[in-house]
Amino acid sequence: MKLKYFLFIIMLFGGMMQLQAANSVDMAFDLRASGKIYVVVLVVLVIFFGIALYLFLLDKKISKLEEEFNKREV
Amino acid sequence: MRKKWWKVLAVVLVGLTLIAGFLAPVPELPILNETIRNVYYHVPMWFTMISLYLISVIYSIKYLKNGNHKDDILAVEAVNTGVLFCALGLVTGMLWANITWGEPWPNDPKLNGSAIATLMYLAYLVLRNALEEEQKKAKISAVYNIFAFPIMIVMLYILPKMTDSLHPGSGGNSTFGDLDMDNNMRPVFYTAVIGWIMIGIWLCSLRYRLRILNDRKNSMS
Repeated sequence: MKLKYFLFIIMLFGGMMQLQAANSVDMAFDLRASGKIYVVVLVVLVIFFGIALYLFLLDKKISKLEEEFNKREV
Repeated sequence: MRKKWWKVLAVVLVGLTLIAGFLAPVPELPILNETIRNVYYHVPMWFTMISLYLISVIYSIKYLKNGNHKDDILAVEAVNTGVLFCALGLVTGMLWANITWGEPWPNDPKLNGSAIATLMYLAYLVLRNALEEEQKKAKISAVYNIFAFPIMIVMLYILPKMTDSLHPGSGGNSTFGDLDMDNNMRPVFYTAVIGWIMIGIWLCSLRYRLRILNDRKNSMS
């Protein structure tokens, strides 16, 4: 009996959720427009710029090493 | 860090094509569908590889002319970086082929040509490691490199165009220049190619500088 009651509540809740989804206003702010492709673009950009930043730091490290070598050899 | 501006420019150029590549309009074509956007990502990998191999040949010729050890090192590191872009090109191509053609590696002249070209450059790297004496190693591999480059061009761009190939741009298939009536794709594609080539050169320069540092360390001790 308790289980049935519980299931009823769940279904009611689920139904409410669906109703809400149907009624909810589709906020057309940019990140949700056209199939949410903008989110993917953002993710790709974050990855690419992350790797680029890493490369810049690596470049800096090598430059520092080169300077040290130059000092030692003079 | 010496001359930083072109590295920033490379990152900005590629970053722009990552945005435009997904969002800019492309022609709607059967079979290709949205995968036509791969032109912005898959093709620049190969162009970068070819540019790096070209740099390698130039420095191999330079080495044979003047015998400068540094030119030889640059030639090797350019191939080492080129092989990375070659691998990326192969993997992205196979991913696309699996969806579009139904199998990752149909026996197509363009694909087999690229496999032979890849093996040729791997052979170059193996050849170098097989030789002990420094000068002999540099000279023989420089000569090999000069022969490998034109054969690679023939394998990738001439033979596939002479026979039937499934690959876009080869055989009876039209290139994107014919597909893209209103030329929306050109600016994005060229920007991507230039940006990725610059990034390839950057990676190559990092490898070269590390190698030089290593050599200096060895000569110190």
